[in-house]
Amino acid sequence: MIINRFLAHVGRYFQLLGTAIARPEKASMYYRETMRQMNDIGVGSLVIVVLIAVFIGAVTAIQFAYQLQDSFVPRYYIGYIVRDTTIIELAPTITCLVLAGKVGSNLAAEIGGMRQKEHIDAMEIMGVNTAAYLIMPKIIGALIMIPMLVAIAAFVSILGGYLATVPVGLISHSEYELGVRSYFIPYNITLMFIKSFVFAFILTSVPCYQGYYVKGGSIELGRASTNAVVFSDILILLFDYLIAVVFT
Amino acid sequence: MIRTENLIKAFGDTTVLKGITTEFYPGKTNLIIGRSGAGKTVLLKLLVGLHKPTDGCVWYGDTDFFSLDKKAVRAIRMEVGMLFQASALFDSMTVEENVRFPLDMFTNMTAKEKLMQVNSCLERVSLEGANKKYPSETSGGMQKRVGIARAIVLDPKYLFCDEPNSGLDPKTSIVIDELIKDITVEKNITTVINTHDMNSVMEVGDNIILLYKGEITWRGSKEDVLESDNEYLQDFIFASPFLQRLRARALGK
Repeated sequence: MIINRFLAHVGRYFQLLGTAIARPEKASMYYRETMRQMNDIGVGSLVIVVLIAVFIGAVTAIQFAYQLQDSFVPRYYIGYIVRDTTIIELAPTITCLVLAGKVGSNLAAEIGGMRQKEHIDAMEIMGVNTAAYLIMPKIIGALIMIPMLVAIAAFVSILGGYLATVPVGLISHSEYELGVRSYFIPYNITLMFIKSFVFAFILTSVPCYQGYYVKGGSIELGRASTNAVVFSDILILLFDYLIAVVFT
Repeated sequence: MIRTENLIKAFGDTTVLKGITTEFYPGKTNLIIGRSGAGKTVLLKLLVGLHKPTDGCVWYGDTDFFSLDKKAVRAIRMEVGMLFQASALFDSMTVEENVRFPLDMFTNMTAKEKLMQVNSCLERVSLEGANKKYPSETSGGMQKRVGIARAIVLDPKYLFCDEPNSGLDPKTSIVIDELIKDITVEKNITTVINTHDMNSVMEVGDNIILLYKGEITWRGSKEDVLESDNEYLQDFIFASPFLQRLRARALGK
């Protein structure tokens, strides 16, 4: 029974995505909507992403410095570890988990609200492909903006690590800089962007699906919003693991 | 003209519509009436393709709607306007943007042409100058009129109205009824109204079907209502003792 329901959801999710990939009725309308979504998702999330990134970098640096106490490992390794952990794992994963909460719940509520207020029916009757018009601009907007946010998060995290260690004398400026410049593997940046693209797709398409098929009233809308965040988070962590296995 | 043929709709084990065969004529206000739960909204949603029938057909002219591919369905929908029970106006858009939405989406008109068309529709529904207001800044009656303006902005051949008087005071209801009736005649549109408002029935009912438990139990026009002995019809239209007395007086009983 549970497996049947799960498979039905998976089938309907891909069916919805199939319907959403269609030639736009009017490219300019889709362009305008995509710009709006890029602003909402990207600019609207910048502050929280920067805040979280600063603390991720700071905490990573301080905890690693703590572990290096009384050891023979050179202290410049702090910069090296902060750089690699943020680029490979923390910046894409933590940023996207947070965005799944902020953006995902918002998208599910927005589309679910439109379903409940018959806005989607109204568009359908006009002849609009609602799956395409309501979902594709959100996914495209996220695919453009979220990798940028992740790149900013990685940069700010490294800066956060610096601010948490250098001014308080845990490590010198030149040591941190040396660590950040050491053993750099450019492929890690590729890995970060692969993760951010995949996570961006998950954290928009799953909430859009949850919102698009919402039925009932405000309780169901709240439930859809919660499901959107929970399922997005689970899928992000699952794909984080799969990407790690496949690409490293 | 729209025609339905043995239209059946079931949700699980519950059959909501049990073989509806009827016609809706152009230039007339066609009413679907009945008590709550009779299947009016389901029938209307089947007519516009928001539900798929369990069995039966809906014909737009000579075209079987449910046998069409997506492109052809979209072409028919370009000829359809709909007024929703709660108006379904987009909250984040102004009145002008709401009415302009179908033009933005489906036409290559210039901004000036669109504005002229929007203003003409707003004028038609007596909402001149309301362009920049948001739906939340307008009354229920105004929202219905904006909904009508949006529904007619692409000059549809078919107009569907889901309980256009719901939530309105009697005077505003009459204004909305008259507006729909006038537009129907002016543009020779096939208008289908789903209502349980008896004033609407008596004012604009050119072609009425009464649904009862998913079946048509009576059909006629507003002129036939008073004289009909159909038990379900009388029970529906003249539900209150006051209206029953009025009817008796009108018939000289």
